[in-house]
Amino acid sequence: MSELTKLTIAQARDKMAKGEFTAVELTEAHIKAMEAKRNLGAYIVETPDLAREQAKASDLRRQAGQAGALEGIPLGIKDLFCTKGVQTTAASHILEGFKPQYESTVSGKLLDAGSVMLGKLNLDEFAMGSSNMTSYFGKVTNPWKSKSDAAKQLVPGGSSGGSAAAVAARIAMGATGTDTGGSIRQPAAFCGITGIKPTYGRCSRWGVVAFASSLDQPGPMARDVRDCAIMLGAMAGHDSKDSTSAPMAVPNFEAALTGDIRGLKVGIPKEYRPDGLSDEIQQVWEQGIEWLKAAGATPVEITLPHTKYALPTYYIVAPAEASSNLARYDGVRFGLRVEGSSLDDMYKKTRAAGFGPEVRRRIMIGTYVLSAGYYDAYYSKAQKVRRLIADDFKKAFETVDVILTPTAPSAAFGMDENTDDPVTMWLNDVFTIPTSLAGLPGLSLPAGLNADGLPLGLQLIGRPFDEETVFKVAGVMESAAGFTATPEGV
Amino acid sequence: MIIQGDTGDWEIVIGLEVHAQVISNAKLFSGAATAFGAEPNDQVSFVDAGFPGMLPVINEKCVEQAVRTGLGLKAQINLTSVFARKNYFYADLPQGYQISQYDMPIVGEGTLLIDLPDGSTRAIGIERLHLEQDAGKSIHDMHPSKSYIDLNRSGVALMEIVSKPDMRSPEEAGAYLTKLRTILRYLETCDGNMQEGSMRCDANVSVRPVGSTELRTRCEIKNVNSIRFVQQAIEFEARRHIDVYENGGEIKQETRLFDSVKGETRSMRSKEHAHDYRYFPDPDLLPLVVSQDLVDSIQATLPELPDEKKARFMAEYGLNAYDAGVMVAEKDSAEFFEGVAKGRDGKTAANWVMGDFFATMNSDAKYTWTNPPVTAENLGKMIDLIKDGTISTRLAKDVFIFMVESGKDPATIVEEKGLKQVTDTGAIEKAIDEVFAANPDKVAEVKGGKDKLMGWFVGQVMKATQGKANPGMLNELIAKKFKE
Amino acid sequence: MSLDKAAVRAIAELARIEVRDEELDHLAGELSGILHFVEQLAEVNTDGVQPMSSVADLTLPMRKDVVTDGGQFAAVLANAPDGVVEDQGGFFTVPKVVE
Repeated sequence: MSELTKLTIAQARDKMAKGEFTAVELTEAHIKAMEAKRNLGAYIVETPDLAREQAKASDLRRQAGQAGALEGIPLGIKDLFCTKGVQTTAASHILEGFKPQYESTVSGKLLDAGSVMLGKLNLDEFAMGSSNMTSYFGKVTNPWKSKSDAAKQLVPGGSSGGSAAAVAARIAMGATGTDTGGSIRQPAAFCGITGIKPTYGRCSRWGVVAFASSLDQPGPMARDVRDCAIMLGAMAGHDSKDSTSAPMAVPNFEAALTGDIRGLKVGIPKEYRPDGLSDEIQQVWEQGIEWLKAAGATPVEITLPHTKYALPTYYIVAPAEASSNLARYDGVRFGLRVEGSSLDDMYKKTRAAGFGPEVRRRIMIGTYVLSAGYYDAYYSKAQKVRRLIADDFKKAFETVDVILTPTAPSAAFGMDENTDDPVTMWLNDVFTIPTSLAGLPGLSLPAGLNADGLPLGLQLIGRPFDEETVFKVAGVMESAAGFTATPEGV
Repeated sequence: MIIQGDTGDWEIVIGLEVHAQVISNAKLFSGAATAFGAEPNDQVSFVDAGFPGMLPVINEKCVEQAVRTGLGLKAQINLTSVFARKNYFYADLPQGYQISQYDMPIVGEGTLLIDLPDGSTRAIGIERLHLEQDAGKSIHDMHPSKSYIDLNRSGVALMEIVSKPDMRSPEEAGAYLTKLRTILRYLETCDGNMQEGSMRCDANVSVRPVGSTELRTRCEIKNVNSIRFVQQAIEFEARRHIDVYENGGEIKQETRLFDSVKGETRSMRSKEHAHDYRYFPDPDLLPLVVSQDLVDSIQATLPELPDEKKARFMAEYGLNAYDAGVMVAEKDSAEFFEGVAKGRDGKTAANWVMGDFFATMNSDAKYTWTNPPVTAENLGKMIDLIKDGTISTRLAKDVFIFMVESGKDPATIVEEKGLKQVTDTGAIEKAIDEVFAANPDKVAEVKGGKDKLMGWFVGQVMKATQGKANPGMLNELIAKKFKE
Repeated sequence: MSLDKAAVRAIAELARIEVRDEELDHLAGELSGILHFVEQLAEVNTDGVQPMSSVADLTLPMRKDVVTDGGQFAAVLANAPDGVVEDQGGFFTVPKVVE
């Protein structure tokens, strides 16, 4: 393991600015690490040649005094972001071989900021999943190992499992993720890294393969809070090509890391303490509250009464939107085609062969809840409950500045555990989904290890477009936690 | 229209859905061009082709055009409207859904007055107008086992204008389409070209016994590309329904296609699947809000519309309803007429425009409104020459022909060709004297009471003056001469 | 709501996903389980609540009516599964459709 891969983005940035090493050297170190850790399955496509070219160009820019915010930083891009000329699959067979002729706004902004792309990161197929086991291109393995059973293969979480695993394994300095119901935060928690789902509308969705349009939001995943702040600064911003993009200025997120949270009120929602919540989660949450108190913030118990309905709401809204968003994968213009005797036959064969079981299941549920006679009972009802959930948060934020909860109800689980029943699998996202439904920013950071030596994450939720407070509080917690553990071999 | 069946009299109930292509440079949700006739798939953005990650952004011009059309149809403008996805699979529908408007369209109820051949009018209700994307084009005859897909039209803005089921005959349906087309062209929101497909019509047809108020099962006849075919299709479909009912059958609600060669409708195989469009608000788009200020400013720029213009032509120029209707059918013809009639006798102007002018205009394809056979200014001046007695109406016909040939000012033509009419009493009397002298027997006959021969004398004298004698004066002088 | 095999077949048809007969029972069970789970929403009182279709507290932004895109048929056709650019004259193709 090279020393260079151990650096954070901020450290590498500062050292390159001082001329201690070049982008080419930094990139080579990561390419080597990436190749050495192919067993993780984190990348679907590696782009070492492109990365070398970009690194060279980056060094030239730096020499010319034109260094961007992420100049020379090697990143991995979740394979849900369309990248010009580089295969983009959403981890689905149906998009195998698809080479977009366009670059997503967010990945384009990262390139504009000087970053280098190492490759396309694995994910759950069409970002549907919490285990990264639904990818057509193979499972992703969590680089962390259980102390009690080192042979057990753990999931990295999902859907941004490749991103989380890559950052944790130091085969990317940072990665893009997307979060629809927890797809940045839950894998960040499982892999002991930091990730933030920004406010809906903060980052453009243009060029990101859509799962559920009213929920999808790109965001950064990185080693620590500062790196996430740096990356988000480069990724965020109004995009006139996305009608739901917020016309708001991008603050200097890094500057928000003042370390001073005195007087802030931190909401502790009582509904996030359901019966059966494990002790280790309970404890890390209590610990988090203590850290904030010690730093001068005030914990306030709050109520978010509709929390228990978030999961069923999400599992109507997200599949409904997905069933429509995924209709374009029909074998006509790109991706897989399985020939058929008629147009409909071609559609049915292509989509049966191209989509995996979880995607097919969600498309069918989504189709059903929108269909004639069921729309009001399911879809319309869910959209009403969604408003009640959003209103809960609105009310809570009248009295508190930020909300602290666990990120996930457990640490990373084994690949052979609880995957049979889809609904059980969905419970992984029970703490992240309400935030998604309300469109609020949510950050997960590692707070400690459980008895098995696996990382546990805590989630901070902020007001709309107040990522700065979230970062500020996260920075304080990060210092208090002093989380320095790394997976074996890093 | 009442159709006599074997079991009794039937009436037809017709509602029309018109898809009118919005006049705009770019598409409804993308920056690709809308022009007709480009190379296949060359006016396509990745948004129009439904590529992964592509997102729609609405074109403000299309919104304004919809509001403008709504105002032209005297309809309710909904300041907040919502785009919804209409989900279905089809080869030329790249997204797998069409972005349309469902329960909250941009325009609500309105009215359209149709002009009937007897000069009367009838109000037809407009149910709604909404904005939506057009689909691409499937071409089925270029390959033995494949259909070809061209997405140039995919994403072009359409206004779907839905009438209430208020029409009762193919003629009324034709009058509705004609009038709607006229209004759209006045508003410049759609060019109304049915051949190029920029205005397409689906007809919903059902029948019921005369006197009944029930609405029976209707069939939808898709995409009929001329007004005449719409009328034929409706009539065929109505008779088919009556046959089915009178033979004890039931009509199945379905989509049918009009075969213009055979003059019949048939069931569309591709539409056999039960439809379940699963409409829901498009999460890629937010509610469309137009301000009352915008509506007001569009209202302020509306042109005088055909109904108002027709009423004014009747009041101001004394035209009858039929003539006024003909004049306002096209904005250009109305403008031309008004250019001729302004400050002159309206009826004379109408006679000339509808007579010699239209005949010439229609005689050669080279004539257009931008290149008319005679300018309105010259035709007006010619009418002035008739009025002040410089030329007779008879001579004016010749002047008109010379104007068409030379494009010259009528006064110049009269001058050059010596067509000025003779109003010199002495000259006319001299000619009369000569005709009288040459035909003493006929003079005697007239004097003997054979009044009918008077006309013959007028003709002879006119001939002798090469038609230039002022007809009024000539008549008067001949009558006077006989009394001598 | 429990779905039977016929209902699953109808949904699969609407979604244009081929489902083999032997899969129907399993799918019916799975989908019914999911529906049963989401149906707990019925207990929430939503009288007078407006459905929330977007969290963005904005109205629709608009673009100017300017041609900024298109003129790129090769790029549009580049990923076509039939490889249509050379031999099909710039069209996508599908199995022949009878209207």
